[in-house]
Amino acid sequence: MPRLDIKKTYKLFIGGKFPRTESGRSYPIKDEKGGVVANLCLASRKDFRNAVVVARKAQAGWANMTAYNRGQILYRLAEMLETRRDAFTAEMQVLGLSKQQAKKEVDTSIDRLVYYAGWCDKYSALFSAVNPTATAHFNFSVHEPTGVVAAILPEESPLLGLISTLAPIIAGGNSVIVLASQMKAISAVSFGEVIQNSDVPSGVVNILTGEGQELLPHMASHLDVNALVIARSGVDLKELMVASENVKRLIHWSAISTEQDPYKILDTQEVKTTWHPVQESASSGGGY
Amino acid sequence: MARLFCFPLVLPAMAVKDKSVELASVPVDLMGVNDRIARIKARSIKSEAKVAGLHMALSMIDLTTLEGSDTAQKVRQLCYKAIHPHDELEGIPTVAAVCVYPTMIRTAKEALKGSAVRVASVATYFPSGQSTLEQKLEETRFAITEGADEVDMVISRGRFLAGEYAYVLDEIKAVNALCKEHSVDLKVILETGELGSLDEVRKAADLALLADPTFIKTSTGKIAQAANMQVTLVMLEAISDHYDRTGIRVGMKPAGGISDAKTALHYLMMVKEVLGEDWLTHKRFRFGASRLANDILMQLRKQQTGLYQSPHYFSKD
Repeated sequence: MPRLDIKKTYKLFIGGKFPRTESGRSYPIKDEKGGVVANLCLASRKDFRNAVVVARKAQAGWANMTAYNRGQILYRLAEMLETRRDAFTAEMQVLGLSKQQAKKEVDTSIDRLVYYAGWCDKYSALFSAVNPTATAHFNFSVHEPTGVVAAILPEESPLLGLISTLAPIIAGGNSVIVLASQMKAISAVSFGEVIQNSDVPSGVVNILTGEGQELLPHMASHLDVNALVIARSGVDLKELMVASENVKRLIHWSAISTEQDPYKILDTQEVKTTWHPVQESASSGGGY
Repeated sequence: MARLFCFPLVLPAMAVKDKSVELASVPVDLMGVNDRIARIKARSIKSEAKVAGLHMALSMIDLTTLEGSDTAQKVRQLCYKAIHPHDELEGIPTVAAVCVYPTMIRTAKEALKGSAVRVASVATYFPSGQSTLEQKLEETRFAITEGADEVDMVISRGRFLAGEYAYVLDEIKAVNALCKEHSVDLKVILETGELGSLDEVRKAADLALLADPTFIKTSTGKIAQAANMQVTLVMLEAISDHYDRTGIRVGMKPAGGISDAKTALHYLMMVKEVLGEDWLTHKRFRFGASRLANDILMQLRKQQTGLYQSPHYFSKD
């Protein structure tokens, strides 16, 4: 007897939960032949606002975890994705990728997660500095997460584009709200399930689906978002600067959106420089 | 007005020393309460009405700090916030009162001098209330002498749960008499989170109302289960019935756990629906809260600028 397919309802991923958009809107994703593959949530500015609230709550706890622990969790993401290779490959084939392309996309994504997992407890050692001074002081420059980051993902490369943007941002202790590829977003939504199974604290990663044009102005103008990563080509940056009334970092990755690079971690870091007197305990007794 | 609870109450109106008070049981329809609240929460207020509602909610806040770690400077800072909630916003009201422990009244009075913001003090061995009547009266007297405009007392929940209603009522009456004598407003905290059920909340509210305090109040804010819309609705209904019976308008103060502007607006809708316009004033309705003020201010700024705000740009009390 033929079995009835159980279709997945693709929803948003906000604060470790899978809510529908508060707006109740949706849009269809189509395959090559024009058949509807799935209906996705058309996220509204209020969904984005809700995501910022949970991302802000989660950020400090994530940043205060040890770098080693963050690395373990990123590695766990890779493990979880590995066990679901076939499912992700099949899903991307529905979107029109060849089996070869889909496999490569998934495998590269897994390797990329391992790559950034490794960087978690190393970038700070490599890029921090002890700076020269002319007085009896130490002067250090160290990296700290920027905070809450919003990112708009590339339109192509549904999974690798997500991972290559997400991983360097969270590896450095930021929380993130990503707006997935508009027409190929189902892989991103499915990746929410991987995140939920990997000890990533709720709210650290939030995934929205919808229209870039509608949401970008709100991503740019929200005062509680510290950085905006543009990993999609064809976005007018000037327009976004006008929209922001605040001092927000605007980071442009569209040319390197699917590449791996430790400097991508630094893009969402702030450098904190601090002075510390050299202790002369024997002679001065002061020094502090 | 359609009511959910229309049970007439027959209660002895005088203080009953050493006799048990017979409280008519007013059963609360939990499904009805939840349904009504669900309907209120489904509504949304927009634009000018929202701004007006937010202004009203702000003017009804008792800005509260009740910590063992309170210092004079922290209280002064809170008082500054009470008078200047957010100077970037023009034409916003001050909050209604600052609520502190008795030892901080003098500091608060000094800091609020010249403003309309009142000083409320908790008393009667807040938050547990585990003490004798003499000591509770002594603490209330101290708060009044220090200059409190309002006193927030706690009822003896243990006695109430043991069925010693007369004892609890006499206690409230004694504290109320002392406050009235000095024209100080009394709020009676039921600590609904310790009462177990909405039926008991209604009973405690009816009991407290027998003493005609200025306000009845849900919670101390010191236990996990603080104010929610359910207990507030039940207490508002009790106030409504009390008004129908006596013509006396007692105020209401939900406290603790109300931290966002949207919820505050829902409370105001509920007040307007159950009690009407007469209660939409800080003289008859208050929010006991500390985080709520900032969320209201953020919403007001959002209405003004069209931009979502960050808590970083608002003072932390």
